Amino acid sequence: MTEPVIELPVDRKIDTSHMKVTDEVAIQITGMNKWYGTFHVLRDVNMTVNRGERIVICGPSGSGKSTLIRCINRLEEHQAGQIIVDGTELTSDLKNIDKVRSEVGMVFQHFNLFPHLSILENCTLAPIWVRKIPKREAEETAMHFLEKVKIPEQAHKFPGQLSGGQQQRVAIARSLCMRPRIMLFDEPTSALDPEMIKEVLDTMISLAEEGMTMLCVTHEMGFAQAVANRVIFMDQGQIVEQNEPRAFFNNPQSERTKLFLSQILGH
Amino acid sequence: MSDTHAQTVSYVRQTMLAPQEPPRNQTGAVKWVHENLFSGWLNTGLTVISLLVIFWLLSGISPWLLNSVWRAGSLSECRAILDGTSGACFAVIVDRWHQLLFGFYPPELYWRPVLALVLLFVALAPVLFTAIPRKMLAFSALYPFIGYHLIWGGSIWFPITVLLGFGVGAVAYLLVKKINNLAAIFAAILAPVLWWLFVAGPLESSLHSIMPLGLDFVRSDRIGGFLISMIVGVSAISLSLPLGILLALGRQSDMVFIKTVCVVFIEFIRGVPLITLLLFASLLLNFFLPPGTSFDLILRVIIMLTFFASAYMAEVIRGGLAALPKGQYEAADALGLDYWKAQRLIIMPQALKISIPGIVNTFIGMFKDTTLLVFIAILEPLALANAIRADTNWNGIYWELFIFIGALFFIFCFGMSRYSMYLERKLKTDHR
Repeated sequence: MTEPVIELPVDRKIDTSHMKVTDEVAIQITGMNKWYGTFHVLRDVNMTVNRGERIVICGPSGSGKSTLIRCINRLEEHQAGQIIVDGTELTSDLKNIDKVRSEVGMVFQHFNLFPHLSILENCTLAPIWVRKIPKREAEETAMHFLEKVKIPEQAHKFPGQLSGGQQQRVAIARSLCMRPRIMLFDEPTSALDPEMIKEVLDTMISLAEEGMTMLCVTHEMGFAQAVANRVIFMDQGQIVEQNEPRAFFNNPQSERTKLFLSQILGH
Repeated sequence: MSDTHAQTVSYVRQTMLAPQEPPRNQTGAVKWVHENLFSGWLNTGLTVISLLVIFWLLSGISPWLLNSVWRAGSLSECRAILDGTSGACFAVIVDRWHQLLFGFYPPELYWRPVLALVLLFVALAPVLFTAIPRKMLAFSALYPFIGYHLIWGGSIWFPITVLLGFGVGAVAYLLVKKINNLAAIFAAILAPVLWWLFVAGPLESSLHSIMPLGLDFVRSDRIGGFLISMIVGVSAISLSLPLGILLALGRQSDMVFIKTVCVVFIEFIRGVPLITLLLFASLLLNFFLPPGTSFDLILRVIIMLTFFASAYMAEVIRGGLAALPKGQYEAADALGLDYWKAQRLIIMPQALKISIPGIVNTFIGMFKDTTLLVFIAILEPLALANAIRADTNWNGIYWELFIFIGALFFIFCFGMSRYSMYLERKLKTDHR
């Protein structure tokens, strides 16, 4: 069997000097189950994420991968098991939920920028109202991160005036303005044209290079190969296989993973 | 410059074309007239017919309007001056405009409602236009008390002690907040109510006996005309929007009790004709109140109209809420905003923007519904028109009075409609 060719669509060298997985536990999920009505979406999920890890979660649609990361900041409620994020357990206690949410950044497939606010206001809203940071300071932070995602010149435009790729980069900057310790990506490039996928992946790679703990639901296998330290394959609401990327792509163990990879890598 | 041919598949463009001016007849007035008035046989026909209809209407009405009589003491005098020709008798407006505007308000005190109206616009300005300095909002908040005092008069200590009640509420909130948030909300409601019930009255009379300041008191039954339409309309409009927002949020709430209360309220109010609510306010409400309490008919009517409008408002805003994508709620949640902050900063600005046409529609409808007050013996403009006709001098006059009243309402309703269009344009940031 030949090794599959997985290309990263971004033409750049990746600086791995700061990508270090530590022993500190960032997210601990034990025996987590979730149902939609009577439909069992997540079945006995166990998973530990250490600080500095870059995890890519993949799987066919309906496999529960989005639901899993949405449970981590309680956009979805789990019905059984335990999720501990940064030492805070997610229960129905609103205080804990708000605490976790302000520590965990999330990037959505459809960006979900606030269309009635300018780019800058999108980025400063949560720091001002949740973190109680003075407006000027919040604006400085926002400009810093907008420069990092390479669109400081768009700061005073509205989301509707930007391209999809630009909007997604703003969404990443908006999350970063809260100085999160963990970033969740829910199919960040699935709604984008190929050219725009590049710019978003580029931003995500820079983030990984700085040592951010990242959980990405994505079909960008090139990104997984180049950046992730672990790839998780999910099917029917359970984790079927996980491995470091090289082994995962070159030597998948389960039949289900092999089938999925052969479809997505197309050979 | 050869373009692609079927024979030669390979093609490379050598020069890029510069943009050119559009053809002459595709721009300016010629294009507009061609596109909008005479774009085809059907449209040309419709244009001609419309012009004929407009001409016919104007030629029918304008002689009557142009030939109007402005100075006469009675309808028969008008008819004598017109001498059989067709013409309007606007002399009735010249004779009775003050009644149509102010009802039986004492004429020497007309400056008070006029000043209240001028100050109303001053108070509205910062609410309506963001370019006005935000500090002016403090005056807007005080305006209800100033307006009340100008129109009704009486001791100045009455509005002041009522206003102090809100201060008491704020202090109670801040004091109890250190202990418990929920208790603080109860304290903020309970403290002012206790203040108004037990402290405000004695305090007012003692302050008044020490320093009797104030304006001449005007009884509610003397207030009438367009003044009462404005009082009731403006109060009910400004109260129904916040109440409508709360009802809409309550209806969407996960808390069963709150949701049920809101749904029952909205469905009950929407299911009952306004006129029955007004009759209830004027006749029956006193039976349900503890004996000895009686509060002003105008206040009761304002409450009923507010309830009525807020039920409709709630449904209009619910429509706006439903139009928001779920992602907006999720993004607000994911950033750690709590429920009220998310509502205030993310959800409501967008939902209200979507609902502007519906909200203003409700406002305009309710403002015009104030004419229904004629049925509960409040002297609003239509009631006064009837009263004026009952005078032997003006017996038999219809059109002129109704045209005047209609024009008054039109000015305000058209103003609201234009403002809502301005607001929609200003808030258009989605660039679709």
